[in-house]
Amino acid sequence: MYDIKALYEAKSVENAIELMKEHPEAKIIAGGSDVLIKIREGKMAGCELVSIYGLDELRGVSMAEDGTLRIGSLTSFSHITKDPLIKKYIGVLGEAVDMVGGPQIRAIGTIGGNTCNGVTSADSASTLLAWDAIVELNGPEGVRTLPLEEFYLGPGKVDLKSAELQTALLIPKESYENCAGFYIKYGMRNAMEIATTGCSVNVRLSSDKKTLERLRIGFGVAGPVPRRARKTEEEFKGASLEAGLPEKIGDAVLKDVEPRDSWRASKDMRLHLCSTMTERAFIEAVSRCGGEIPEKA
Amino acid sequence: MIVGKSIPRIDAADKATGRTKYTDDLCAKGALVAKICHSTVTHALVKSIDTSAAEAIPGVVKVVTCFDVPEHMFPTAGHPWSTDPSHQDICDRHLLEKHVRYYGDDVAAVIAEDEIAASRAVRAIKIEYEELPFVLDPEEAIKDGAPLLHETFPNNILKHTEIKKGNLEEAVKEPGLIKFDDWFETPTVQHCHIENAICFAWEEGGRIHVTSSTQIPHITRRCVAQALGVDWGLVRIVKPFVGGGFGDKQDALYEPLCAFLTTRVGGRLVKLECQREETFANCRVRHAIRYHIISWVRKDGTLVARKVDCWSNQGAYASHGHSIIAKGMGSIPQLYPCENVEINGWTVFTNIQVGGAMRGYGMPQVTFAVESQTEDIARKLGIDPLSYRRKHVMPKGFVDGFSKNELYYDSFNETLDLGAQYIDFERKFKEYQNQTGDIRRGVGMSVFWYNTGVWPISLETSACRMVMNQDGSIQLQVGETEIGQGADTAFSQMAAETLGIPFEMVHIVSNQDTDVTPYGTGAYASRQTYAAGMAIRGCAEEFKKHILDVAYRYTRMQPYLMDIADGNIVRTTDGRVLMSLGDLSLRLLYDMEQNEHLTMEKSTQIKSNAYSFGCGFAEVEVDIPMCTVKVLKAINVHDAGTLVNPALARAQVQGGMSMAIGYALSEKMLYDPKTGKLLNGNLLDYKLSTFMDHPELEVKFVENPEPTSAYGTKALGEPPALPLAPAIRNAILNATGVPLYELPMRPHLLFKRFSEEGLI
Amino acid sequence: MSEKQYKLVTCKINGKERSAMVDVRASLTDMLRNDYSLTSVKKGCEVGECGACAVIIDGECYNSCIYLAIWADGKEIETLEGLTGENGELNDIQQAFVDETAIQCGFCSPGFIMEAESILRTGEIYTDEELRKLLSGHLCRCTGYDNILRAVKKAMNERNGKK
Repeated sequence: MYDIKALYEAKSVENAIELMKEHPEAKIIAGGSDVLIKIREGKMAGCELVSIYGLDELRGVSMAEDGTLRIGSLTSFSHITKDPLIKKYIGVLGEAVDMVGGPQIRAIGTIGGNTCNGVTSADSASTLLAWDAIVELNGPEGVRTLPLEEFYLGPGKVDLKSAELQTALLIPKESYENCAGFYIKYGMRNAMEIATTGCSVNVRLSSDKKTLERLRIGFGVAGPVPRRARKTEEEFKGASLEAGLPEKIGDAVLKDVEPRDSWRASKDMRLHLCSTMTERAFIEAVSRCGGEIPEKA
Repeated sequence: MIVGKSIPRIDAADKATGRTKYTDDLCAKGALVAKICHSTVTHALVKSIDTSAAEAIPGVVKVVTCFDVPEHMFPTAGHPWSTDPSHQDICDRHLLEKHVRYYGDDVAAVIAEDEIAASRAVRAIKIEYEELPFVLDPEEAIKDGAPLLHETFPNNILKHTEIKKGNLEEAVKEPGLIKFDDWFETPTVQHCHIENAICFAWEEGGRIHVTSSTQIPHITRRCVAQALGVDWGLVRIVKPFVGGGFGDKQDALYEPLCAFLTTRVGGRLVKLECQREETFANCRVRHAIRYHIISWVRKDGTLVARKVDCWSNQGAYASHGHSIIAKGMGSIPQLYPCENVEINGWTVFTNIQVGGAMRGYGMPQVTFAVESQTEDIARKLGIDPLSYRRKHVMPKGFVDGFSKNELYYDSFNETLDLGAQYIDFERKFKEYQNQTGDIRRGVGMSVFWYNTGVWPISLETSACRMVMNQDGSIQLQVGETEIGQGADTAFSQMAAETLGIPFEMVHIVSNQDTDVTPYGTGAYASRQTYAAGMAIRGCAEEFKKHILDVAYRYTRMQPYLMDIADGNIVRTTDGRVLMSLGDLSLRLLYDMEQNEHLTMEKSTQIKSNAYSFGCGFAEVEVDIPMCTVKVLKAINVHDAGTLVNPALARAQVQGGMSMAIGYALSEKMLYDPKTGKLLNGNLLDYKLSTFMDHPELEVKFVENPEPTSAYGTKALGEPPALPLAPAIRNAILNATGVPLYELPMRPHLLFKRFSEEGLI
Repeated sequence: MSEKQYKLVTCKINGKERSAMVDVRASLTDMLRNDYSLTSVKKGCEVGECGACAVIIDGECYNSCIYLAIWADGKEIETLEGLTGENGELNDIQQAFVDETAIQCGFCSPGFIMEAESILRTGEIYTDEELRKLLSGHLCRCTGYDNILRAVKKAMNERNGKK
């Protein structure tokens, strides 16, 4: 039994926005795997909720005419992993969300919830970020979009305005075309785990597969919110795939990350892992893209 | 033979269909809900409590605080009681505490009509504390001037004992000895039974009734009565099926408080259900024990002398107290016999939660320390670890002067043979030395030793009742409890075996009720098949004798010419079936001339004990840059004597191995050094092994029948949790050359040690 | 304090159409245990970390503890009680759990069996590694998982005509 003061079930996106306007104190509940736990802990006890769980219009993955992938915010992790479009164009996202908790959590947990709770350890976040995902928001003022990177404002804080609802995550064609990526989740066990740190790398190679045309690296738990390794990405754009490159990239990301000490892991350990994971994820991403990094002489 | 057969457990089908009733499933609707208000400070005196806001919440029936409970103190440990005051468990608990001794201590309780009202009320209670300094580490707590937890225990020392043998001072003067001086650290861990601690209580007939998920109904009854200060006969405990205990429920947890609360609301039904967070933060834990072991060894590996100091972190209250570290201390000069030893152990109160019994009872800790150092000794001396152990471990024929336990067989070598063969130890151990590269493999091993039951330290007793039905089947009752380990099935097999009836004709009364269950102390100390086995056999033998005596009336055959086989009275001289037990029982019960209801009850005291032995082997893969260890292969080999049910035995060992892998690599309760608060008290942040953290768990047995045991059995429940942590530690050493001295060997430790050793 | 809020929840439970006025604050665990006495649904953590309360909703396995009861409206819910035949017959997975000694204390068993049922209904053959992952949302402290894996494999192979 959850200490819920009142619960309003939205019948549509418009209705959800209306309900939030009527009940400005109310919080949105999507799959509940986050909100219900906070209620039980007492942090949100006695709250009002607007449930959007029933809004099937927000479920599923589709492709727009311009090739943009659209992931409805209520799409569960397990459905993302199984989705043919995801498998075909951005398989690494399906793999990343397949590492969230366990199967039952992946059945209820939604990608919208995973980004809206503003948590740095979210398994979907580093990959979405590394693929330049765009957030679609629907509110009293209509629809607006913004890059996911800008959506994050601080730990647990996202750019959701009053009565606004996240309705989709969009990945433009330019973002995924000819790209391949790899996600490494670092945890203390192999299931039922939140990431100690996570690293998602994707690359686009030149047609001869010798040059790194584009490198994108997203991190979870390497800062207060999920973050990109922008400096490293710039530095290695156009680099040729030669021996020692993964190590160089691994070293370079240290200037992009700012992990902190916590009881879960020390800053030093996280820094070490950021390098190691980047190196390994990069090698895998290159290989998935059809490239090869020569062995050291 | 029924003993020795892998019969499916008798409760399996009910458990597979959801019919089995656990405590919560039996609680009537409409029960009042009790919730505890836990302290949010670590060490303090409660100055005042304002309950007015809590009491004003609709649905709240009663708020009880530490100022409303009896002044006298009571013990909680699941030990047999002693009539010798010097041997009694320490009375240091109140139902609710005015002197808060750990973060989360029980200060007040709310009884409400539903859980939401109760939770709201708990949050609305305002407590004024006078905060005191606190101490979390036993070596700190022992120092003069450290914060004192209990006035009657100076320097927070619950107990100090010493084992002294030979003359250490003289012995170490021998020239050429090599000295090994090491510190070992083991963590505080939790049992993580999937069913939380839960009980409900009500008053009826002027007595207090408590239904609880407990391993020890008869002991809990005594603890509840002591806590409430009532005659023991006024308390009744009912034990339904239990969703795991592992020692946590070998303690009076919240039964005393729940029983008290029902008396505060006119005997109405009150349910007190621990949330998972409370199971972590407020039930019992395995003691963290620190060892300092100095060993003086000859070049051939002979242990000449050993000096051990160890400190057990008891936490805030005594519970099982010093018995835990003492068990480990006693094992040291036995596992690797040594003539000159000085072992000092201190059990020390600190401001963390309470250490109690947990599967292995002090032995996983000491096994890690001793078997790690054993490996280091072998390594330094250039002796392979398998040969070292074969040569120096307790030899066949060893007798312990105190317990009179004896190693009757060559159990160590027999189990080592099987384990080494499975893991291909000798070949791999050599092959894996001196590896380079990021990913390396290693093999490691550990032996173990375990006592069965608690004799001669405490009373060992079990009673058994058999009641025959009109069809010749029996009800079987003992006080030893089914908590998931399969005791009921094993007991039924034993009874069928000795009585001579088919297994299906034994109906075990699984759920103990202290009003009707004969006195037995419960499930702990791996004593079930040993202690209850003796009670069952004793009862069955007498019952059989009695049945044959009365059968004479109908068969006119002398009792000594008859036996019971497969549920029939059989004439032994020619094997003829004379009548079925059903016929006998039916005729006898309704006999108009001389009727009798066939029953037998027998109480058995046990004044012996038995060693259980074995070893574990592991093969690991270490990813050095990622600071991770993956267990590739693991095996436990046990000589637990005769196996009553090999399939159940194997399953139970696998569970223990799983627990050991968690102990080795991931499990640790983390306390905030600044606040004393438990940081990871939930199943997400506390890392017990999941389905994906194990290899296949191999189990092998050597079945040397224990000569002192009714069915040849001895300890099997707890020993499985012993060998794998040191085996994995030694495998990591084989793989990387880096010795570790701390559990768990989680990435944090590997990162630190690999950095120190220049591997990363 | 506000008035208690209720909703009529109509759903199929173990094949039967059922309706009840449900407190909106109730979890599906609460509803199944309290309103329908389906006590195979176990409470081990109530935050989705142990899997003891898992039930099948419209073919997928969920932790009923972190699923609001009102969301069950219009859904098809299956609990362990529903897998058992009318005359108490065990289904193949239940039988495999008995035969392979995959049950000890039994508290995690209902969740595991429901998960296994949802896995095996896909009709696919999985490797050991895949099965371990598919079952990894359930914690067990008694078995070390080995026999559970054996049981699920046995039932999987039998359903797919393999011995």
